[in-house]
Amino acid sequence: MSQNKNLTTFLNGIIRENPSLVLLLGMCPTLGTTSSASNGLGMGLATTFVLISSNVVISLLKNIIPDQVRIPSFIVVIAAFVTIVEMVMQAYVPALYGTLGLFIPLIVVNCIVLGRAEAFAAKNTVFSSLLDGLGMGLGFTLALSLLGSVREILGTGKVFGFTIYPENYGMLIFVLAPGAFIVLAFLIAVFNKLKKA
Amino acid sequence: MTYILIFISAVFVNNIVLAQFLGICPFLGVSKKIDTALGMSGAVAFVMTIATIFTFIIQKSVLEPLEIGYLQTLTFILIIAALVQLVEIILKKVSPALYQALGVFLPLITTNCTILGVAIMVIQKDYTLLQSVVFAISTAAGFGLALILFSGIREQLSLVKLPKGMQGTPAALLTAGLLAMAFMGFAGIVK
Repeated sequence: MSQNKNLTTFLNGIIRENPSLVLLLGMCPTLGTTSSASNGLGMGLATTFVLISSNVVISLLKNIIPDQVRIPSFIVVIAAFVTIVEMVMQAYVPALYGTLGLFIPLIVVNCIVLGRAEAFAAKNTVFSSLLDGLGMGLGFTLALSLLGSVREILGTGKVFGFTIYPENYGMLIFVLAPGAFIVLAFLIAVFNKLKKA
Repeated sequence: MTYILIFISAVFVNNIVLAQFLGICPFLGVSKKIDTALGMSGAVAFVMTIATIFTFIIQKSVLEPLEIGYLQTLTFILIIAALVQLVEIILKKVSPALYQALGVFLPLITTNCTILGVAIMVIQKDYTLLQSVVFAISTAAGFGLALILFSGIREQLSLVKLPKGMQGTPAALLTAGLLAMAFMGFAGIVK
């Protein structure tokens, strides 16, 4: 029974309550970091790390934090992990760090992270919070990678660096700002249709 | 002269919502009617300017001299959160009318990427305090412009028959994409 509940918690974030495509949270990085599949993947993984870590720590501290300073405490925990991710990325993947730029420190205001901390981690056990963070993070990463892949394929004919068709047949608009909005619009529409079916 | 360039760049060329993808959540959430769009723009302009001034001062007088630059994210977000609380309390006491107009949007602004984004950007661009203030006001103006344009279109869009899957957010995002494309026309104004 507990196995089933944990599995449900985990799968929840990937399909039924996918943060990007269903809950429509964290739109800013979804649109801003998906100019290529690897950027989307990198951003998704960084956010997943922050999500899991902050969920676990907040769940551990949930009984100690007074209710009035709840949100600022959550923000401090999240900001600490974002700073860690920032420094690790700057050291080990400087190219990705340069491309993602401003969006890495902006993980701290990503509605998904604070939202899950408030809605789940503050009320559930450590293991459930870990699974929730993992599920949500993976759902987010999948959505971002998917969006990034579509944009990269349509825009440059490559995906993750592998050429699928020659670059001069690519439609530049998809790698630029408007393309993000348009592809996401259709992705959400498709997801809505699949959910109803 | 630089100030005019900063203004034009922030409002048109590098519009914070349509080119830099910050502030999408309120952009999609508050843009259903023009009145709410106006209210939100006002609140954002107010908070953004004050927040930029405060974070700038803290960065230059505390973080840099003590070489704890890595605490930037943490300190900035705490300053912004505290500031919004403070602004809400002061506004309630000093101007209940203004509070009524802006009040409901203030909590939404705390976790808004635009505020933190602008605070970090002025440090990265190495602006002076006055340039930062101009940048903050211009960015808020750009945000307001995009928001009001968008809500005007959305009010019309709500009267149209759309396929079921495209109703709501997908149609809004498509519209935003077209708006972004329009704003791309401004590229090249500022060298």
